[in-house]
Amino acid sequence: MSTVIEAVAVSRAVGQPLDRIDGHAKVTGAARYAADAPIAAPLHAAIVQSTIPCGRIAAIDESAARNLAGVVEVLTYRNAPRVPVLSFDFTTPVTEELAPLQSDAIAYDGQHVAVVIAETFEAARAGATLLRIGYERREAEVSLDTARTIEHPEQWFGDDAQPRRGDPERAYNAAAVRVDATYTTPEETHNPLEPSVTVAEWRDGELTVYDATQWVRGTRAVLAKSFELDEEKVRVISPFLGGGFGCKGFFWPHPLIAAMAAKVTNRPVKLVLTREQMFTSCGYRSETRQRVRIGASREGRLQAILHDVLAESSRVGMFVESAGAVTTMLYDVSNIAVTHRIARLDVPTPTAMRAPGKAPGTYALGSALDELAYACGLDPLDVLRRNDAAVDRSSGLPFSSKQLLACYERGAEAFGWSARPKAPRAWREGGELVGWGVATATYPALRSPAQARVTLSTDGLVDVASATHDLGTGMYTILAQIAADELGVDPRAIRVRIGDSSFPVAPVAGGSMSSASVGPAVQDAARRAYHEAVAIATSSGESALHGLPERDVEARDGALRSKADPSRAVTYADLVRLGGSGAIEALGSAAPGDEDERLSFYSFGAQFVEVRFDEELARLRVSRALGVFDCGRILNPKTARSQMIGGIVWGIGMAMLEETVRDPRYGAVVTNNLADYHVPVNADVPDIDVLFVEEPDLAFNSLGARGVGEIGITGVAAAIANAVYHATGVRVRDLPIVPEKLLGAGPAAG
Amino acid sequence: MPTTERPAAPAQPAVQLTLRLNGREATFAVEPDVTLLDLLRERAGLTGSKKGCDRGQCGACTVLVNGRRTLSCLALALAHAGDAITTIEGLAAGSELHPVQAAFVEHDAFQCGFCTPGQILSAVGAIAEGHARTGDEIREAMSGNLCRCGAYPNIVAAIAAVQRAR
Ligand code: FES
Ligand code: FES
Repeated sequence: MSTVIEAVAVSRAVGQPLDRIDGHAKVTGAARYAADAPIAAPLHAAIVQSTIPCGRIAAIDESAARNLAGVVEVLTYRNAPRVPVLSFDFTTPVTEELAPLQSDAIAYDGQHVAVVIAETFEAARAGATLLRIGYERREAEVSLDTARTIEHPEQWFGDDAQPRRGDPERAYNAAAVRVDATYTTPEETHNPLEPSVTVAEWRDGELTVYDATQWVRGTRAVLAKSFELDEEKVRVISPFLGGGFGCKGFFWPHPLIAAMAAKVTNRPVKLVLTREQMFTSCGYRSETRQRVRIGASREGRLQAILHDVLAESSRVGMFVESAGAVTTMLYDVSNIAVTHRIARLDVPTPTAMRAPGKAPGTYALGSALDELAYACGLDPLDVLRRNDAAVDRSSGLPFSSKQLLACYERGAEAFGWSARPKAPRAWREGGELVGWGVATATYPALRSPAQARVTLSTDGLVDVASATHDLGTGMYTILAQIAADELGVDPRAIRVRIGDSSFPVAPVAGGSMSSASVGPAVQDAARRAYHEAVAIATSSGESALHGLPERDVEARDGALRSKADPSRAVTYADLVRLGGSGAIEALGSAAPGDEDERLSFYSFGAQFVEVRFDEELARLRVSRALGVFDCGRILNPKTARSQMIGGIVWGIGMAMLEETVRDPRYGAVVTNNLADYHVPVNADVPDIDVLFVEEPDLAFNSLGARGVGEIGITGVAAAIANAVYHATGVRVRDLPIVPEKLLGAGPAAG
Repeated sequence: MPTTERPAAPAQPAVQLTLRLNGREATFAVEPDVTLLDLLRERAGLTGSKKGCDRGQCGACTVLVNGRRTLSCLALALAHAGDAITTIEGLAAGSELHPVQAAFVEHDAFQCGFCTPGQILSAVGAIAEGHARTGDEIREAMSGNLCRCGAYPNIVAAIAAVQRAR
């Protein structure tokens, strides 16, 4: 891939603010996303979805659709190929125990019930509108208010979902200062700008799909099991993703429908979900209701936290929006009780959405701590500092590295926090009320086993391949930087290939673990390639480095050189020729060890926000935002900063705009488009400052880097809610904070 | 539900359409219900223009029609006979990036890149309209182009840098 990167006059690429190596492709339209797959003349498929929340299909009239010129086939449960129902596990990440188009049962509004396949997109779309489907509706439960089936999951993703320590009720009741408040967050929908899409093609019994997925290996596994094929006979390709944020992480039914359609018609099929369908087809963030009780001393020292979470899941899949997960470790408190209750409703299955659990959880906890500060008459930042946890109180383990106090310090100084008036509603500027808020950000540092291959060839090309992904996160660039340093070459001379299930295994691009997992694997592969090259250089009679001991050789400026005399050098291209096997190829791998038995791995940060509220115009806006983050070593400050800005923009959306509204009787999403579901637009977003407090976390991995994908959103909604209280005296405990919630309420203080 | 025989919708005959596409004449046989966006993506092989919503709400499909930014998902192809259409593929002069493209790379004004073709063409249009003189003007003029990755501050910085260099 050609690039337009400025030359970097440094020997080490890691840590440099390198321009994205895929930037040129993205600004010229050359980057091919799944819907741009190079498949000539595919058929087009349009999905039809259920319009009842619960019941069964009673009648299907396909005649008008089938009679439409261009329509090739219509698949429903009556004629679709049979596939097995799979259950979720970490190798087959299905989200629903409900294979598509297999029966007449309807489990939620917006379930796929038919697919119309046609020669053109227009004919498929028109055909979908001509399908007549009759239903038998059964009574449905679609709201937390009326939910009757409530479950208490014991565990979620390996963590205790009902953790306790100490005697929280007693400590709370005995506390001098108590806060008891309930915070609610609505359903939110990921809405990556690229809708989900699958282009499927069968050839000689083998299946190739171009799929907008954050996990080519997971998608491959499910497709292989569904069609009872060896995994090697299925190839999943996803080189560029137009965002994912979690809704392309696990397996949803549409790739299976595309593959069925291609199988039945024996032609390649392109299936693109509509924006409306994105609201029911690939998950959403559950609504949460969170009661937080805090007991503290008059000095604001925490004595007890009780955090009770109610969230939803579907009848056909379990997902726990674990909003209480970080409550057990974030502060120094001896008495804790966290509960998670899940209401099973007749709705689609929720899923991980950027910082699952942590985003709503840090909103509730961060708001409650602010309420505590006012109850104690203290500066909110002092309350956070005062309760800093020196060790992870949930496990008793020390943190591998923690710079949270430094984040508070640097942030307070950069933001000018000391100038903040203490009282709420005390600060007016030019007709606007002004307020500042602060909250803590955190996200666990996760890692999974991963592999990568580095290949050096005779044309001098360095190729890096791994089945990981770049959702806009900067993976292409970071992997080039890592390999460049190990091989002493310019990162621009490296070709990175990712997003293909035939490449060495990598985990789902989620949980902020890709750089920390795949980065060390690339480093390992590049080191192995380097050692192989050195062995050839020092042993081959035709090499300028023949006879040198390995320790006297180094990689620099695209070649191996004698340390003593850098002009004695052999290029990699020559070494490949001398090696005689056409290429130097090395498979590298990396995996976590038992370090999590000794240490606790988390990233931290501090979010500072200024809001302004014009009471006459009822206009609320964020006018400044600053995030200070401790994520270990930053591999590329340019792309990492963008990740953090993106997270903070998501926090603005969560705090002030986003809400997926469901009809309370029938469960249909009524905000199923981008005019009714508000994501932040350019004019909603101020300049955002990002600072990093960098301390390489070498106990975590060889690069010292923890992830940066999700922590950016955490704490933002609390900081905004806290700033709104500071500005207006109104405490909004129900997101999103739209102006009407400020107008009727009247100030609580000031 | 009673099943009823419905008449098949009549096939819509294709019509000859000629456009100036990225500086070159191009002719297609197009049915009346084909949008300009689907013509570009599915028939002209120009997949740089993206479909984010197909209903005029996201800006990912922005192209320049006779120099004006236009949502190609809301434009019927046949309404644009003879018009000059510029897509992201036609913006660079040969291997030389357009200044807005180069500024987007330098300022990291994108993450996933899916909104980027629309953002860049919208920025070119906004600059030509004279609507990009201040940061606030840029924010306003660019608010029809959603970026779910949240690259907005960098988009503003990129456009402001181009504006300064003019
Ligand atoms: S695709 Fe045209 S505005 Fe969204
Ligand atoms: S860069 Fe991803 S939507 Fe803008």
